[in-house]
Amino acid sequence: MSVLVNKETRVICQGFTGKQGSFHSEQAIAYGTRFVGGVTPGKGGQQHLDRPVFDTVAEAVEETGADASMIYVPAPFAMDAILEAADAGIRVIVCITEGIPVLDMLRVKAVLAQKNTRLIGPNCPGIITPGECKIGIMPGAIHLPGRIGIVSRSGTLTYEAVHQTTENGLGQSTCIGIGGDPIHGMEFIDCLELFEQDEQTEGIVLVGEIGGQAEEQAAQYIHDHVSKPVVAYIAGVTAPAGKRMGHAGAIISGGRGTAEEKFSAMKESGVAIVRSPAHMGNRIKSLLS
Amino acid sequence: MNLHEYQAKQLFAEYKIPVPAGLPAHTPEEALNAVRELGGEAWVIKAQVHAGGRGKGGGVHMCGTPDAVHDQAERLLGSQLVTPQTDVEGLPVNTVLVEQASDIQRELYLGMLVDRQNERIAIMASVAGGMDIEAVAAETPEQIQTILVDQAVGLQPYQARQLAFGLALQGAQIGGFTRLLMSLYRLFTDKDASLVEINPLIVTAEDQLVALDAKINLDDNALYRQQSLAELRDPSQVDEREHAAAQFELNYIALDGNIGCMVNGAGLAMATMDLIKLHGGEPANFLDVGGGTTAERVAEAFKIILSDPGVKAILVNIFGGIVRCDLIAEGIVSAVREVGSGVAVVVRLEGTNVDQGRAILEQSGLDISSANGLTEAAMMVVNAAEGVA
Repeated sequence: MSVLVNKETRVICQGFTGKQGSFHSEQAIAYGTRFVGGVTPGKGGQQHLDRPVFDTVAEAVEETGADASMIYVPAPFAMDAILEAADAGIRVIVCITEGIPVLDMLRVKAVLAQKNTRLIGPNCPGIITPGECKIGIMPGAIHLPGRIGIVSRSGTLTYEAVHQTTENGLGQSTCIGIGGDPIHGMEFIDCLELFEQDEQTEGIVLVGEIGGQAEEQAAQYIHDHVSKPVVAYIAGVTAPAGKRMGHAGAIISGGRGTAEEKFSAMKESGVAIVRSPAHMGNRIKSLLS
Repeated sequence: MNLHEYQAKQLFAEYKIPVPAGLPAHTPEEALNAVRELGGEAWVIKAQVHAGGRGKGGGVHMCGTPDAVHDQAERLLGSQLVTPQTDVEGLPVNTVLVEQASDIQRELYLGMLVDRQNERIAIMASVAGGMDIEAVAAETPEQIQTILVDQAVGLQPYQARQLAFGLALQGAQIGGFTRLLMSLYRLFTDKDASLVEINPLIVTAEDQLVALDAKINLDDNALYRQQSLAELRDPSQVDEREHAAAQFELNYIALDGNIGCMVNGAGLAMATMDLIKLHGGEPANFLDVGGGTTAERVAEAFKIILSDPGVKAILVNIFGGIVRCDLIAEGIVSAVREVGSGVAVVVRLEGTNVDQGRAILEQSGLDISSANGLTEAAMMVVNAAEGVA
């Protein structure tokens, strides 16, 4: 079945006619995503990439029945775009935009807590159900419909996990990049819950990194609620404390959030950890056979 | 981005948060003028660097005479201050802050930050002021009180009072603390701070609450709407190479090893460093060239990596998703031609057009080795670095 998105999902793009929005919408369409239109305020009524353009998300939802949106608007406008999508009743909001002020994300989260909507990201590669629906910047061609659910805080490390599980023939049910910002939408545990419930998903690869406590929480959740095999890799063993390692969320502060702590938490919860990012695919394969 | 203490205190003053009377100085003469302008009988001179532990590093001095202020300014300005939080080279002191000495009755701690766990702004207060708050948190966590702010309504006065009573403040001190904290919250949200710390926050003999120290970190993502604060950035306090990298939107962090890394994506960049370590090597840096890698940025990245004289070999690890591997390969070849690496370069390419990419590297005639897979890449580059070490 896959999780969150599939071939029935009706996808729109906010920031549709911009450079990034156009390019990735084109890619999504080429991949076979059910892509029903886009939003660019002031360009309503036009056609772009053979799809209708709307002035507002509410209008797009009304006209197309869209239930998922991918957001490519620049950071200063991202809070507005997320809140507009949530207000219009979009079920899955995928925010690719990076560099959103952290206080904006606090405000967004306070509003989303009242709503029945899922936010993926920001600062993330997006979500893909191979062969069915691609919402994001990930290269579609490396994916293979299959058995593994992948959840990750990092873009290119997600691609590594995908590549390895495609090469060894397992394939992926759904891959979710939850993003590298300190305040973001869906957490590891939200994704783990969905993967655990999903019949298509037989095993899970979790890719974490330094900073915060999300991996520790995930470890506890896996221990308590997940019956499927889980492989975890954590990036940042060699990262120095106090430095922001590219992602705003990837920082060891006050001696907390180190990779070693996260590896230990995973290990204690019975998760199969891999110390090398090259071994994610083979490790999950060995657990499934 | 960090502000200097004197800059943070100027912001505090704008928000009517009491600070000691003080003036920044860039020369010993200016320091002497500051003393004359401030008046008083005793002064504190504080080195302005982006690191804590300045007192332990000899960067803070009590002075009983104007001459002593002058002498300390002469000693500090132009020097490198080493503190427990800097590396062995320390940070350059280009400015000192001269302040009137304060009459300290009590020392408290006050901190405000974005709590990612609770997704709220958190405020922490402690009676253990003037100490390393992380040590207090580890050893006597009961001495730290925390409140969380509801984003919908912002900080409420009752929350501030709650902390005030918890700190055993009395009489006029309670109102003073509440006003100070409400102002501090306003500053935090107005200016897009990610951390504000007052350590110590002192109570004077006159029942005044005064910010004796001030630390403000700003959210880099929000600097586009904080132009006047963005201009306060002091590049002298940042590693030269990190500063140069930022000019090209490259994320570079210097480390102590001898294997330079150039990677696309922050997570993969960290993982590449870890992989080098796992195979017995030491990474020289973190470098994320980002998603939209161009030949120009690859060339700049090479220059920055090679400006570190410790680098003996370079590992380029690119997962070409949207970016095609053949374009990356061309970028690497032209960069090595232009910059003339002089060290072994190992390249691991994966993703779109990977075969064309590898062919371009092989046909270049340059000393560039192409690796199949992550593990082989790490082993090759560790061997290459050891070969010349």
